[in-house]
Amino acid sequence: MTAGQAFKKYLWIFIKYFSVVFFSFVALLPIVSCVITALKTKTEYENTNVMTPPQNWFNFENFTTAFRDGGMGRAFLNSALIVICVVVGSVLIGSMIAYVLNRFKFPGNGLIRSLFLFATLLPGIAMQVATYQLMFQLKFIDTLYGYIILSMGTDVISIYVFIQFFENISVSLDESAFMDGASYFKIFYKILFPLLKPAIVTCAILKGVGIYNEYYNAMLYLTKPDLKTVSLALYTFTGPFGNQYNLICAGVIMTLLPALILFIAFQNQIYSGLTAGAVKG
Amino acid sequence: MTKTDTKKPFNFQKWLRSRQGQQTIIIVLFSIIPLALLFIFTYYPFVEMFKFSFYDRSYTRVKGFVGLKNYADVFRKKDLFRSLFLSLYYMAGAVFQLALALYLATIFCFKVKGGNFFKGCMFFPFLINGIAIGFIFKFFYTRGFVLDTVLGWLGFNIESLPYWLRDQSINNWSLVATSVWKYFGQNMVLFIGAMMSVDASLYEAAELDGANKWQQFKYIMLPSIKTIVMLNLIMSITGSLSAFEPAYVIASKGANGTATYFVKMHEVAHTSQKIGQASAMAVVLLLIIFAATILQKLFFKYVFKSGEDEDRGAAARRERQIAKLNARKGA
Repeated sequence: MTAGQAFKKYLWIFIKYFSVVFFSFVALLPIVSCVITALKTKTEYENTNVMTPPQNWFNFENFTTAFRDGGMGRAFLNSALIVICVVVGSVLIGSMIAYVLNRFKFPGNGLIRSLFLFATLLPGIAMQVATYQLMFQLKFIDTLYGYIILSMGTDVISIYVFIQFFENISVSLDESAFMDGASYFKIFYKILFPLLKPAIVTCAILKGVGIYNEYYNAMLYLTKPDLKTVSLALYTFTGPFGNQYNLICAGVIMTLLPALILFIAFQNQIYSGLTAGAVKG
Repeated sequence: MTKTDTKKPFNFQKWLRSRQGQQTIIIVLFSIIPLALLFIFTYYPFVEMFKFSFYDRSYTRVKGFVGLKNYADVFRKKDLFRSLFLSLYYMAGAVFQLALALYLATIFCFKVKGGNFFKGCMFFPFLINGIAIGFIFKFFYTRGFVLDTVLGWLGFNIESLPYWLRDQSINNWSLVATSVWKYFGQNMVLFIGAMMSVDASLYEAAELDGANKWQQFKYIMLPSIKTIVMLNLIMSITGSLSAFEPAYVIASKGANGTATYFVKMHEVAHTSQKIGQASAMAVVLLLIIFAATILQKLFFKYVFKSGEDEDRGAAARRERQIAKLNARKGA
């Protein structure tokens, strides 16, 4: 290897690691500064620079204050309930319709596919005006079930992920089961549904995180204090805590913990879930 | 759940037992709920919104038919039109974000020690709650706080730095940066997925033939990901128009000239209660999205026509990709 080649090689290694370290730093800096601030006492927060490390790395006082005064207990409970219902609902709905669309040829199959496809071009967020009117007429405003049903109804991603997954499960499996006298329903929930497990995990995580983080609809449709989700409770932090960022940051860190735990546990499922849809088609 | 019907035969018992009967039942049972939800929460509001857009009305009271006035106002009223214009900032941000994601994805396709950790760091912002991001960046940009401190370390004089969220010449870029921060890692993961779908032996063969890194990128990686890059680029139009959380949360409901189109729409609908006007704005938004989709189709038809990856099923596959990306952006 000549000197020139060696130089090029080391330059490439330098650029490579500099880039990943730099952009990881950029991605983490805002979060880390929040963690630092969340661990400071009030006087410490007021008298030190935001990037000065806290005196005591295990000062969790802000977290308990934020949790109690910000009504986070109730909010976490509401969010958990919503996430579970919506995830279960959209997995069931998505896998059922995907099963029908993938396994049976019937008049209208193509039409239904197109209807779902077209629906993805209509962002729910753009139609919020008319949706609000509808929710008002259905008396769904300020009810958890109304919000849950709305959140399930607008989910098309899981349907696509499931259809794609069904395409990779051999039809001969259904056929032989049918010959053995199993009904289609039995085939679905005894044979195919268990095989869908990887797709279910992926959909459940993505949908779960999405709903947990959802803010706009929650703001419109869950206005009563005891219905607040985590996003809503966090949004109202500026009320009781004003500009006390040590408490606000504690709230922020608290709300991103569930997502962080899920992410660390299911990192690969999340990546493959995102790419599976977009790449393989 | 509905499951008993299959076992309860009526008069046409035989038909029910037949294969066709069973199929019909399962099709009806399994599609009725998803279709009902689709119609109630997507198509019904869609049609209603069209109707609303021709009226001067609030949620409860209809004041009269106004024809196309609401549409004209979207372009006539300065604040509304300006908010449409603001989307250009977010589009510029999206282009930068895609370039950055592409660059980093390329790096990750070569051997990087601790690659998974770095990838995780960059991806994680995507999973953070929009409100949490709002607070994080409100804090981040506050005078003398995180950004100013870090720039101070680098030798900038804090006095000479602008107020990131108040100064109208820069505050929209500050907000766009938060959106780039949230999504670049996610785009990167998508691109890595697309690049990894290339057979690794191709790279080895290229290396043996003496291709350098740039050539490997240009001739092997880029062709494999051009579809997804284009998709993301055009999707960014939708994303830019419906940008909401940065302006609403970080910049206090679009203060200081940061109100994006969607923030404006929300304000018109829920603060001023002008439902007709807001609906017209939404229809304009949809028309732009349709236009972007058609543009994209034309683009693929004429630009990638000769591509060897273009088999007969490709169009259908792409259609599904578009739909999925759309759904993800909307969710």
